[in-house]
Amino acid sequence: MSRLTVLAFEPGEVMVGAEFASAWMAQTGGLADLLLLTGSAPAHGGFAQVREAGLTEVPVADGLAEALAPHLTESTMVASVSSMRAKDVLARLAGVMDVPMVTDVMTVEGPRRFVRPMVAGAVLATVEIAPLPGPLVVTFRPAGFRGESTVPNGPTTPISLEVSSRTQRVSVSERRGGRPDLTQARVVVSGGRPLRDADTFERVVGGLADALGGAAGATRAAVDSGIAANELQVGQTGKIVAPDLYIAAGVSGSTQHMAGIKDSRVIVAINTDADAPIFEVADFGWVTDLFDALPQLQAKLNEGRS
Amino acid sequence: MKILTPIKRVVDPYAKVRPTADGRGIDLSGQKFDINPFDEIALEEAVRIKERDPDTVIIAVSIGPSEGEEQLRKALAMGADRAILVERAEDLDSRAVTAELIAVIADERPDLVLMGKQSTDADRAQVGPMLAARLGWPQATYAAKLTVEAGALVVARETDDGEETLRIPLPAVVTCDLRLNEPRYIALPGIIRARSKPLDRRAPVGAQVAETIVGIAFAPGRTAGKRVTSADELLDALRSVGVLS
Repeated sequence: MSRLTVLAFEPGEVMVGAEFASAWMAQTGGLADLLLLTGSAPAHGGFAQVREAGLTEVPVADGLAEALAPHLTESTMVASVSSMRAKDVLARLAGVMDVPMVTDVMTVEGPRRFVRPMVAGAVLATVEIAPLPGPLVVTFRPAGFRGESTVPNGPTTPISLEVSSRTQRVSVSERRGGRPDLTQARVVVSGGRPLRDADTFERVVGGLADALGGAAGATRAAVDSGIAANELQVGQTGKIVAPDLYIAAGVSGSTQHMAGIKDSRVIVAINTDADAPIFEVADFGWVTDLFDALPQLQAKLNEGRS
Repeated sequence: MKILTPIKRVVDPYAKVRPTADGRGIDLSGQKFDINPFDEIALEEAVRIKERDPDTVIIAVSIGPSEGEEQLRKALAMGADRAILVERAEDLDSRAVTAELIAVIADERPDLVLMGKQSTDADRAQVGPMLAARLGWPQATYAAKLTVEAGALVVARETDDGEETLRIPLPAVVTCDLRLNEPRYIALPGIIRARSKPLDRRAPVGAQVAETIVGIAFAPGRTAGKRVTSADELLDALRSVGVLS
């Protein structure tokens, strides 16, 4: 029987992995299990088996991929939610196991057939991978696989990963405070260069993001001018996002930015320039000054909550 | 130090692309081609290393169609010392590219493979880590800053949450992200010098391709929706489509 192993780096990835697993099981009739690197798995997800490595932090790819490979030899497929970390580790894993890989799967069309974006999302390619010994390695876009599982998991067993690496992690930047991950958030509020400086960006864009329980994002222009941190950059050369609600404030809508947001369910554009290209893709457009609009929205949302 | 810089010939990343009439591929007629922008950043970084340490040798290698010679000439004009073209006319997957690169590396024995984090056409981001794994070398992907030390590299790399710094021993594979540098414009003397630099063709090992593209379609487009004029109107509209409770 075919078997999918969802490889999750942290518990927050398990539910979206469960959704992907159920889409895959519907196509193959196979079973899915879970291998979780850090933390404990939730009770639900419909996984036949859960393996927990119990690591306190995710090791570097060089060493981690080699340590994981022996635990995945029985799998038909190994899948993680797409992220820079997943691509770093899983492409190395595919190399260690000498197996093919498919990045950024959007739809599962068959046991070895998937739809994925190419050329910065301008086109969607349906790809078929020839059967070869060993698992097929996959990363998938979270957008297509949302929801909550109510199916309990099977038994949990601890596993021990012996990770040794020649690479030394010298330092790690601070993790962003409190806000959800940009690529997995259900709401994203993004700002462009009109936000002026980092404090204004944090107050105006960050404030509305917090009122919506969402993530803050930024254009490449805002990042390049030091208004927002690198990891907040949304677009072809930054993060690809697909939230339920994307609010673009002071964002003109460059091609490269649009490539990163077009799979969002609802796009809102707020801009003083009525001719900005962002309005051509926005479900709701509001031609106004973001410095009026965002604080108003924030106040009304916070008012409704208290 | 000997640096190998893989160069992919890609369709102009700023051009609009469309599927072919039979829906099996991307229509490349009339398109311009260039070095994959992330590979160009990698090559620029190699040239900067060579400017600091003139003993550095840079070898640009392209696995792909014979027209890739054009991009290799540009790499030579930017500062590569010599170039190798491994001709494979068909669409390749990452395993096949990796296998071809391994054959080149076995002969050239570079200390460092410096390449783009991904190509702007296939967007896979696989070859760097796959190659590192097959060679048993350490890797640093998404490099944003690179410092050469004795027998090692210190690489600041972009992560999902920000940045981390790794120290990796050589030989190693490093993949480059956007912020590492801004590639130079090529000056005329570089173009003239490039004409006399060696560009060799090497027979492919013919590694098998496992991935077949069975269809290419336009991604669904979006259209302009409605205009709102107040915060209340916007919030009501968002509630009515179910994205706000």
